[in-house]
Amino acid sequence: MIDKEVDSCDRAVEGVFEGASIMLGGFGNAGMPGQLIDALRRKGVKNLTIISNGAGTGPFALGALFAEGLASKLIASYPAPTAAGFRDRYLKGEVELELVPQGSLVERIRCGGNGLGGFYTPTGAGTELAQGKETRSMNGREYVLELALRADFVFLKAHLGDRFGNLSYRGTMRNFNMVMASAGDVVIAEVDQLVPAGRIKPDDVHTPGIFVDQVIEIARLPKLLELPKEGS
Amino acid sequence: MTNLSRDGIAWRIARDLHEGNYVNLGVGIPVLVSNYLDPDQEIFLHSENGILGVGPKPEKDQLDLDLISAGKGFCTLALGASLFDQQISFTMMRGGHLTHAILGALEVAENGDFANWKVPGEAVPGVGGAMDLAIGSPNIYVAMTHVSNKGKPKIVHRCSAPLTARSCVKRIYSDIAVMDLTPQGLILKEYMPGFDPIKVQSMTQVKLLVSEHCHEMLVPPIASNGVKLYQS
Repeated sequence: MIDKEVDSCDRAVEGVFEGASIMLGGFGNAGMPGQLIDALRRKGVKNLTIISNGAGTGPFALGALFAEGLASKLIASYPAPTAAGFRDRYLKGEVELELVPQGSLVERIRCGGNGLGGFYTPTGAGTELAQGKETRSMNGREYVLELALRADFVFLKAHLGDRFGNLSYRGTMRNFNMVMASAGDVVIAEVDQLVPAGRIKPDDVHTPGIFVDQVIEIARLPKLLELPKEGS
Repeated sequence: MTNLSRDGIAWRIARDLHEGNYVNLGVGIPVLVSNYLDPDQEIFLHSENGILGVGPKPEKDQLDLDLISAGKGFCTLALGASLFDQQISFTMMRGGHLTHAILGALEVAENGDFANWKVPGEAVPGVGGAMDLAIGSPNIYVAMTHVSNKGKPKIVHRCSAPLTARSCVKRIYSDIAVMDLTPQGLILKEYMPGFDPIKVQSMTQVKLLVSEHCHEMLVPPIASNGVKLYQS
């Protein structure tokens, strides 16, 4: 019987080694694997490369990881000015930043998970984010070569998960989680609720279990989702 | 002389958005446009983290922790909304499927180049989806004050701030004028009461062509929600 369930975040991150690269899903706090990030901070391995849209939204989770000096590089599109943990280390020169336009970050990860080497995009052409990158003119437009991106570990966050590793999201949780699921050697998902096999209907599986190695249920607050009614 | 307030610029932009438009609103003045859209027209607002059909801010008892918009604030969903991941979201943006993107800017050049992502004095650079939006949407409208707070023209021969994208801005809405950027040049279409084309030209580095239909802007001093549309 396949069973990808793991009983704690600390156990799930046991294999993370010094110098590892780690992709983190999430945009803002939605779909952000905060408990896995906390477990990684407790483990305390250093010199990590973090691949994430941002650098955290406060002094917890990813912000705390940077504050404690565990990461030496961030590949991101938008480290917000409020991400103080990252900012302070960056300004001291203790962490390197590779800034990537958000759509190019997504596509680099997609290529990484799809066995592709990279892609040409018009995004960033003629700007300082294209400096040092190969460019090519096609049909009269300039394109920038962006290379595939993979990671040693991927941390995801979903709403529902099952023992097969199938995941289902809600609201704006999907964001980077779906594309990152395919782009790592070890893929770990924290879920609001672990449900019996078959409970997530095949139509509602957003990330098929083939991409996921470990699933952990975490405790969290109840949520509401009110869809507007016609005419309201 | 009367200058538009930030809300006044947003109100004026909203008059040019119509039923069936799919629009991304950037941070700053653009996001205010959502407060002034005609509720009788079905206009879809796109949020890059994975929503088409962003609704108004939720009531406190309707907060959903998994439902946020690109500004990281909680939101609701409009009738007909859809939720998706980053790949689909950037397909909409970079693939030219949105009809409009309204963006703030530090500078716009006469050839349609513009700069908005690297704010001088900001400690950590962040680009997010700005570059992808700029190269993808067929109608890039810029919302900004006509001159900097030091009185320097922001519509210039050549941008001095790092570029977001080349040759993409189609229209500029400032606190004193509406202008189109065309292959023929920068065309003045509307100016605020108390100004005239000569006065607007004196605040613009680029040579202005005056449209034969050029007229005074028609914006009420106070919007129906009670917000002042003129600077006091």
